[in-house]
Amino acid sequence: MNWIESAKYFQIDSERKLINITGKDGKTYSVPNGTQTENRHYKDLQEWVKIDGNTIADAD
Amino acid sequence: MSKAAELAKIGEVATNSQIGGRRNIVINGAMQVAQKATSATGLGNDNDEGYPTVDRFKVQGNAGAGRFTMTQEAVTDLPGFPECIKLDCTTADTSIAAAERLFIQTKFEGQDLQGTGTGTADAKSITVSFYAKASASFKFVLALLNVDNDRYAGSTFDVTSSWQRFIVTFPADTDDGSSPFDNDNADSLNLRFFLHAGSNYTSGTLSNTFANAVAANTYDSDADSFYSNTANNFFLTGVQMEVGSQATNFEHRSFGEELALCQRYLYVQREDASTGDGFFGTGQCNNTTSLHLGFPHSVPMRLAHGSTFVFDTVTDYRVQSAGGLDICSAMGGVSSSPNTSLVFATVGSGLVAGDGGNLIIAANSPVDIKIDSEL
Repeated sequence: MNWIESAKYFQIDSERKLINITGKDGKTYSVPNGTQTENRHYKDLQEWVKIDGNTIADAD
Repeated sequence: MSKAAELAKIGEVATNSQIGGRRNIVINGAMQVAQKATSATGLGNDNDEGYPTVDRFKVQGNAGAGRFTMTQEAVTDLPGFPECIKLDCTTADTSIAAAERLFIQTKFEGQDLQGTGTGTADAKSITVSFYAKASASFKFVLALLNVDNDRYAGSTFDVTSSWQRFIVTFPADTDDGSSPFDNDNADSLNLRFFLHAGSNYTSGTLSNTFANAVAANTYDSDADSFYSNTANNFFLTGVQMEVGSQATNFEHRSFGEELALCQRYLYVQREDASTGDGFFGTGQCNNTTSLHLGFPHSVPMRLAHGSTFVFDTVTDYRVQSAGGLDICSAMGGVSSSPNTSLVFATVGSGLVAGDGGNLIIAANSPVDIKIDSEL
């Protein structure tokens, strides 16, 4: 999870949103919003948000 | 080998269906496919480096001071194998903390392992073969981790500065007789090449017979560290895992076949203005700021909905519509099935709901959209 710089919700439409993780490599990692037990990036995100000060920012 | 023994071995090979195609359970064992990149530097600073270069081969461990570069390397001294993985130590680590470790691994879905019979009364042995060399002589460890049942077996191998084919047969693991691999698309078995480990992983006894996993039994106490010197290199190719006790010749597959197998786990659409139009596809504007684009996969991917979409710098993409060209400010993506996905491109303004629009590259190239469904 050292690869994560920040995270932000991304609104698809009025009902659905996903999570965009910005990596330290400058790339955007777009993961589904929800319990994704099989998505390794989502798992890393769950560990990242446990660290004080790390939060997923609201969508624009 | 006596004639009788030879015949017995032939019979065993036939019984275990080791004659014929699709013997090798490993995908991309000849390291032909590197969709993501052919080189990655500064590795070793994260516990999970993901899949930096060659498809299906992951770098993992517990980070210490050591760092390395990983490349898909051209091979000139091993006929039949034009590519390999090369690890090049760039920062040494001679003060090994107890919790450190480093391994390359490839992972298998449980549904692809049912033929092993592992965890049942019908369990069969598993034979792993591979070609390896290094910058000098080292002792490293090959291991299998049964993720579903937390069972582990490992064996040392001694590399030199010349290519050798190593063959390790892991005896059948019946376990309790009622613990087969899960018959699904999740991670069930990991094939690991350990190159470095601290005392947490070396204080027990390494065994090539499966037993409940114990951290102390992971690595051999006499094994070496890849991080001992910046002169150290490690090379690996021709990785094969097959059911039965006999290592057969490496099963070479065509590049197209291997690529398609890899694309179940990683699909990359790379657009380059110097070699093409830089065109990702056509979609429809959902409102004044958003283009929605259908994105079919080349083969059905492992996950129906849980894949990760990886975008380069967002300003490397732009939307072309009747209103003109607009640089993107955000990108998103979601799989709607194993076969297709939706990509969302956001711009500041200027789109008209209902209009068609193209997603194309901006100034820089090449630019990727990657869909990652790896284990």
